[in-house]
Amino acid sequence: MSFGPHADFIVAAYAVTIFVIAALIAWVVLDYSTQRRILGGLEERGVTRRSQRKG
Amino acid sequence: MPVIDLANPTRFLHVVNRVLPWLIAATLFLFVIGFYRVMGAPDDYQQGATVKIMFLHVPAAWLGMFGWGLMSVAALGTLVWRHPLADVAGKAAAPIGAAFTLICLVTGSLWGRPTWGTYWVWDARLTSMLVLFLLYLGVLALYWTAEEPGRGARAAAVLSLVGAVNLPIIKFSVDWWNTLHQPASVFRMGGSSIDPALLTPLLIMAVAFTLLFLTLHLAVMRNEILRRRVRSMRLQQAQKLAEASA
Repeated sequence: MSFGPHADFIVAAYAVTIFVIAALIAWVVLDYSTQRRILGGLEERGVTRRSQRKG
Repeated sequence: MPVIDLANPTRFLHVVNRVLPWLIAATLFLFVIGFYRVMGAPDDYQQGATVKIMFLHVPAAWLGMFGWGLMSVAALGTLVWRHPLADVAGKAAAPIGAAFTLICLVTGSLWGRPTWGTYWVWDARLTSMLVLFLLYLGVLALYWTAEEPGRGARAAAVLSLVGAVNLPIIKFSVDWWNTLHQPASVFRMGGSSIDPALLTPLLIMAVAFTLLFLTLHLAVMRNEILRRRVRSMRLQQAQKLAEASA
């Protein structure tokens, strides 16, 4: 497959899009594991939310 | 389950955990089909192969605007009903909308150079899109720098509603002013002016990107709810320690 004389622009556009979306996904996944780890640590130390205590 | 039950963060998390794997699978499936159709799409008679940038640029532009629309609706929920999930939804949409707006600006610039002969012109469509990106950065700054989340949420909600004025300006800029940017060609009176061989992959990619946006939005909302739980538990822990030492 040939992208013609402007292949550089096409490849750059796809590369930038993939990079930005990959960065976004990496941030979401890392943030999720960080929050889960901190929450787990707090629960291990016996800290509970008010709504959990009422239940 | 009644829709109103989703307003409860715990029930919302439960639903998100069940829905996310299906959304991820559907998004991946559509992207595979979309890229296959994009690679098989013919070149444009004027633009040649650079028309392939359209399959990224157009959905990114739509979702950049969709993200701000979502934030504006969420802002009403924050300011009128003061519902915490509305604020979570608004805050979660901001980085995703900003990312799609950035993709729109960069891919548009890379598309402009071979077709217009320039990366950038200060015309109405390009400038109003840049303003949208700057507004996103402003909202993110409000969320990330506020010491008290509630205050940051209200300020961001006000900016979201004020910034919504920019959405019709972006949409109609190509009709109201003379711009280098082409007029609407997909959704317009009289039907699309794009050939079906290019329109079909464009619509598949648009649905795939929309599903990606929704998947990321739900995932970021889940993270934000967990972050608020961490904050609340840390405050309680600090309060307990203060009472014990008093």
